[in-house]
Formats: sequence, structure tokens, C-alpha cells
Amino acid sequence: MKAAKGTVFKYGDNVDTDVIIPARYLNSSDPAELAQHCMEDIDKGFIDKVQKGDIIVATKNFGCGSSREHAPIAIKAAGVSCVIAETFARIFYRNAINIGLPIVECPEAAAAIEAGDEVEVDFDSGIITDVTKGTTYQGQAFPAFMQKIIAAEGLVNYINTTQSHVDLG
Amino acid sequence: MGMTMTQKILAAHAGLEQVEAGQLIEADLDLVLGNDITSPVAIKEMEKMKVDGVFDKDKIALVPDHFVPNKDIKSAEHCKCVREFARKNEITNYFEVGQMGIEHALLPEQGLTVAGDVIIGADSHTCTYGALGAFSTGVGSTDMAAGMATGKAWFKVPSAIRFNLTGKPSEWVSGKDVILHIIGMIGVDGALYKSMEFTGDGIANLTMDDRFTIANMAIEAGGKNGIFPVDELAAAYMREHSTREYKIYEADADAVYDEEYTIDLSALRPTVAFPHLPENTKTIDEIKDDIAVDQVVIGSCTNGRLDDLRIAAKVLKGRHVAQGMRCIVIPATQAIYLQAMEEGLLKTFIEAGAIVSTPTCGPCLGGYMGILAEGERCVSTTNRNFVGRMGHVNSEIYLASPAVAAASAVTGKISCPCQLP
Repeated sequence: MKAAKGTVFKYGDNVDTDVIIPARYLNSSDPAELAQHCMEDIDKGFIDKVQKGDIIVATKNFGCGSSREHAPIAIKAAGVSCVIAETFARIFYRNAINIGLPIVECPEAAAAIEAGDEVEVDFDSGIITDVTKGTTYQGQAFPAFMQKIIAAEGLVNYINTTQSHVDLG
Repeated sequence: MGMTMTQKILAAHAGLEQVEAGQLIEADLDLVLGNDITSPVAIKEMEKMKVDGVFDKDKIALVPDHFVPNKDIKSAEHCKCVREFARKNEITNYFEVGQMGIEHALLPEQGLTVAGDVIIGADSHTCTYGALGAFSTGVGSTDMAAGMATGKAWFKVPSAIRFNLTGKPSEWVSGKDVILHIIGMIGVDGALYKSMEFTGDGIANLTMDDRFTIANMAIEAGGKNGIFPVDELAAAYMREHSTREYKIYEADADAVYDEEYTIDLSALRPTVAFPHLPENTKTIDEIKDDIAVDQVVIGSCTNGRLDDLRIAAKVLKGRHVAQGMRCIVIPATQAIYLQAMEEGLLKTFIEAGAIVSTPTCGPCLGGYMGILAEGERCVSTTNRNFVGRMGHVNSEIYLASPAVAAASAVTGKISCPCQLP
């Protein structure tokens, strides 16, 4: 499976879906339009700074709050290749996998990696490398069926390419 | 090994004798829910799937409630998309303006959610139906799409935290204070990925509306679901509202819990969550400074039910909202609205200088109907006080019960009814 490589944007605990994509923009469901307002209420200049492939690193409970899939959609459409966190809120976790946005739980990496670091993530092994610091971390590798969903770029494509709904094997 | 109440419901819906925490299962769904924000995304996703229509037109509920009556052209287009999908797929439980209410107040009232169900909804407060002994949880739009197409969803079986409730709440303490107290105690990720199972003889002292409020905010502690045992009160509610048969599941005596807490309801005090997290709680006695307030909102899927309006009216009766205060009351459904009218509650609100709106989620998520300007403060009976949630990024939300919200409307600062002259 593919890997991610990019520059890190770093945030703290409890980054909620309201700051990831404020509800005042939820009258749209267009990914490109949502991306324009990604992280607007926590990091106003984010969309001007972010480059394709960049990585978000945060600490506890990333994506807490609403079930809006617009949050991972906005992050993905902004060009972010992976989100690393100590923990994710559970609906965000499901949504990210379902739309094919790679996310990795790793408390050590979430604590140590700093804004601006160059980081690589190997999704097969869950290994996170901070190229800037020369350190590596073992993130949680996905169960096989989640890897398949991410490889298919989301649940819909996955369902279309498999006989059953979700192969939990 | 014994199973929790949640695990038993999930096992039954996965066709398994036994499940354990961490196990991945695929479960049959009794209901799939979406609103006007999440459904359009789900409908778009479903159109990409190679399926012929929905799995069961009677087991899908579509409730435009967030930005209706349409707040702008884009919202109108979203609602139109949902309406056309409902018509094309002959969705039985599509609720147009005039029939709609805030989804999590509406569906139990319509009898669509009963004990023993497995329900997913593309709205985080779908966990509300745990008050009736159902497993219900919030998901995103793609899960909703897959659920509508296949009638199934995958779950990681959750472990649980048990909250043993004892005693009887004192006057002006309600379900909102119970759940704010719990979130203050365990934090906004205190129940992350887990079930919150409520037990104990104190439950008998909580009304159904109290229980809906408590289960509703399980997500604010990170919980996958919140669930109550089915007692006579819950059974009577379901008999009154539903023609569906319900099924009672009870936790095994040897069920394993990650943590257990005992909460004496009689010791709880009116509780307020300060900006910008629901875990930043203080009891009314701990608030020493005057906190001036610009707006009060009484409503939402958390606190827009009849009990809530009755409490607010009891506080506002014969009183008037403070000079310069905006007090917005939003009954959660048409039936609640009508009953509030018949009981004279709406008259009380209007005479007190509050306004009463048609059902909508509007202000709770900063949609419309009560957006905050820079520097403004709101005491709200809603469920989240995140940065910018209700408007300007430099506005503040204080979460509280209907009693505290109504009293604060009168004094213009955060207050308890017990402090009113």
C-alpha cells in the first residue's frame, strides 16, 4: 500500500469538527469549496500554507464533535495525505477510513513530532519516520479490511469491488 | 464471559451467540437516519454504488432539520436533493417542514426507535435512542449510504463504562446536570470508543426526557453510545408512541466493565459547562463572578422536549427577560410545540419577552436563528460549546439546563432559579 510524505501541521487536544469545517459552510458539500475553509477557526491561514501531501499531527481526540463527513472531506481535498494523532474521535475515525483519508494512531509520534518536520508514513507497516529529527515510531497498523477500504479509496469503491458488503476477514 | 447490554444487542444483530470487546462484526440495521446536511453527501455516495435503490423504504428516516425552513439557496438545494431522493425511493419516513422536528426528539415520538434496535444515523447525537434501550450511534454520510443500500454496518464491539445512578435529583436539577457532571468528571474523551451504560435505582427518579438528554450527550464524552435499561416508564413510552414490538436486553451479571462510577443524584447541583469544552464544568455554587450574558437559547435535540419547556416556563412565568437580552425558545417537534401551546407555555414565553421558533437545529451549530457576534456570550441548553460553534470565533457558549438558561435570561447573567427573587 502507498505511503505518505509531507510537512507537518501540528495541533493540540480535542480538535473538533466545528473548527475543522465550521457549520456556516455546511450549506455546501463540494470538496473543493469545503477545502477552502478547512481548519479556518483554529488556523486561519492553513489553506494558504498547506501543500499537497502535507501531514496533520495532533494529540488527543482529533475530530471530536459532529458526525459531519465534510471534516475529513475538507482535509483530504485540501491535499493532506495523512493525519496522525494520539487518539481520534470515533465518528471521525470511521469517516476518514470510509472516504479513504489515511489516519494513524500513535501517541509517541503525536507527542514528539513538531510543526514543520518532514514526516513519512508507511501504511502497510504503520511505521512513521520523522525525517527532520531522524526518529521512527510504530503507529497502529490497520486491520486487513480497513486497509482494503483505504486502498480502494473509500467504502463505496470497496463495496463496488467486492461481493459482500464488508469482508471482515 | 458476560456481555454488556450493548454487546448483547450487537451480538443478536450480527447473528452471533457471543461477542467481545474489540471484535469486528457486521450487524443488521433496524433504522438508518440522515438530515439535510448529511443526507445529500450520502445520496451522492449511494449513487456511485452499484445498487438498485434502498434496502428497505420503511427503515430509513430522512429529517431535514438543521437549516430548515431553508435558510438560504444552498440549503434549499440540499433539502430539494433529500426530498427528491425520498420521493424516488418512496421513503416512508421522510418528514417535510410541517411534520418535521429535530430528528432525535422526533423519531422516538414517532415510534420509530424502540428497545433492542440497532440504529445508525448520520448525526452524532443519534446516541439519544439509548434512553429507550436501543443501540444507536452516530456515523458519517458514507456509512449512512452503505446502510441505506445494504441494511448493514460494520462495528468494532465496544467495551463499556458503567454509571450507577442512585438517589433523587433535587429541585432545578435535571438530566442535563447529570450528563454535564459526568462529562466534567471523565472528560470529553473519557468514554472514547466505549458504551456508557447507566444502571441503578436512581434511574426511576429520571423522567424519559431526562434520559433522552443524558443519552444524547454520550457523544460529548466520546462515547459510542449511551444506554439505559428498560423499566416500566420506558416501556410505557414505547407503548404510547410505537406499534413496533420492542425487545429488552439486560446486561449479564458478570458483564465486564472498564470502569464503574456511582453517582448520587441527590448530591448534584445545577451545572454549567464553560467555554470551550463540555468538560469545563462548574456547579452554580462554584460560579462566584457575575457572567453577563447576551443571549439564551432553550431548545435542541438535547433540551427541546416538553419537560424542558415546562421547566423554562415555570421559571419565566410572571417574570421578564432582562433588558437587552435575546431569549430564543425552540420546541423540538410540532407535537411538542402544540402541547406547549395548549398548556399555555408559549404564552408565558412570549409574555416574558422571549421568542418562539418553529423546530430547527439552527442556532446550536451556528446555522441561523441566533448567531453570535464577536465577544457575545450565550447560555444555551444545547450540547457543544466549541470555539465558533454558534457564530463568531470570539464568541462564548455556556451549556446549561433549561432551568439555568431561563433564570439567566431573567437576570442577564448566569443564574439558578433558586437565586431569583
